[in-house]
Amino acid sequence: MSVKTLTINNTPVAAEEGKTILEAAKEAGIHIPTLCFLEGVSTVAACRMCLVEIEGINKLLPACVTQVTEAIVVHTNTPKLQEYRRMVIELLFAEGNHVCSICVANGNCELQNLAIEVGMDHTRFPYRFPKRSVDVSHPQFGIDRNRCILCTRCVRVCGEIEGAHVWDVAQRGADAYIVSGLSQPWSEVEACTSCGKCVDACPTGAIFRKGTTTAEKQRDRAKLQFLVDAREKHEWTR
Amino acid sequence: MTKDKEQMTKIKFATVWLAGCSGCHMSFLDMDEWLLELANYVDVVYSPIGCDLKEYPAGVDVCLVEGGVANQDNLELIHEVRAKTKTLISFGDCAVTANVPGMRNMLGGSEPVLKRGYLELGDVTPQLPNEPGIVPELLEQVLPIHELVSVDIFLPGCPPDAARIRATIEPLLKGEQPKMEGRAMIKFG
Ligand code: SF4
Ligand code: SF4
Ligand code: SF4
Ligand code: FES
Repeated sequence: MSVKTLTINNTPVAAEEGKTILEAAKEAGIHIPTLCFLEGVSTVAACRMCLVEIEGINKLLPACVTQVTEAIVVHTNTPKLQEYRRMVIELLFAEGNHVCSICVANGNCELQNLAIEVGMDHTRFPYRFPKRSVDVSHPQFGIDRNRCILCTRCVRVCGEIEGAHVWDVAQRGADAYIVSGLSQPWSEVEACTSCGKCVDACPTGAIFRKGTTTAEKQRDRAKLQFLVDAREKHEWTR
Repeated sequence: MTKDKEQMTKIKFATVWLAGCSGCHMSFLDMDEWLLELANYVDVVYSPIGCDLKEYPAGVDVCLVEGGVANQDNLELIHEVRAKTKTLISFGDCAVTANVPGMRNMLGGSEPVLKRGYLELGDVTPQLPNEPGIVPELLEQVLPIHELVSVDIFLPGCPPDAARIRATIEPLLKGEQPKMEGRAMIKFG
């Protein structure tokens, strides 16, 4: 397999052909913020948190899906990128209904963590206060779409790892939402095995275990990685 | 003479309570003995917890505003505060995001909220409150302060803890700007 050499933030990096810029950066110890990206499932480049600048290319590219090419010069943390990342996070907060103080994920939320990382002390965009639904029909889990950022991690983890494909995205644009089954209450979707992988995958407090209250959400993210490694590398123990 | 001079250089300090639960003000009191230190530097000219004056005075240097803007009174006061204050601090999540009071916005306007609260859930003599000039009218939406007036410093948290409040105010006393960054200073919730 051929190796590509590139430069990330003035550091020379070598990466196997076919690797993404995100993977190459990670191997070199360079942090690029991500949100929709989830190890072990397909990439969709939906959130734009991981955008990077490549010299000579006139647009920003998402590191999670852009493959390394020979001799490219990548910048991951320019003032322009910092500003865009902050805008992305501000837009996500303004788009949904995020009341951190009463959220299951308070203190353990990837969106909240990214807000701190990008330095967001308020959002400059007017809040939309959309009307969104909550479904707590499932005996063990619930989904509160007020906190959903449409990263589609639940869709991918349920379809690709559990093989149940309970979730999908309904509607378009500002009306888009995560739907279960054929727009049925979650409890009526027979395909759901109640495995709980969507709870572990969801970066926010949108999908949660019933009985958890403010700031109590726990995720077993390592379980997802374990399952993928078991299948792909036949590593059967954790 | 020296006393007068001291008086003159003191910072005119105010706190305002709009649509919030007063938790941010409780957290302010939680600064405990540092409040005595603070008192050396400031004159409290308006505050539900530190002053009896009913009119917001002119020439305020620093004002902490708790709560979102939910009714006509809040709206008038926030404009007055902005006009008469040098450094306006949006104090706590309700002021910065509308937070819990803003959850009524999802019901769409003030009418469904009033109907639900006063008619559907009213056990005895259900009626809508209507005392113009006495009971302030609800606004259609509860808004964060900065959607109505300009804000100089954002101090999020529900409530921001005492350490965070102190770390925001202390630099101002020395004429410096606080650094609003990192988990200890800007985490919501
Ligand atoms: S999902 Fe995260 S950002 Fe949204 S309300 Fe919950 S803790 Fe806050
Ligand atoms: S519990 Fe498992 S099967 Fe059910 S929706 Fe979540 S990931 Fe899919
Ligand atoms: S429910 Fe959670 S995992 Fe699914 S799209 Fe929304 S935020 Fe992402
Ligand atoms: S992590 Fe790359 S676009 Fe979301």
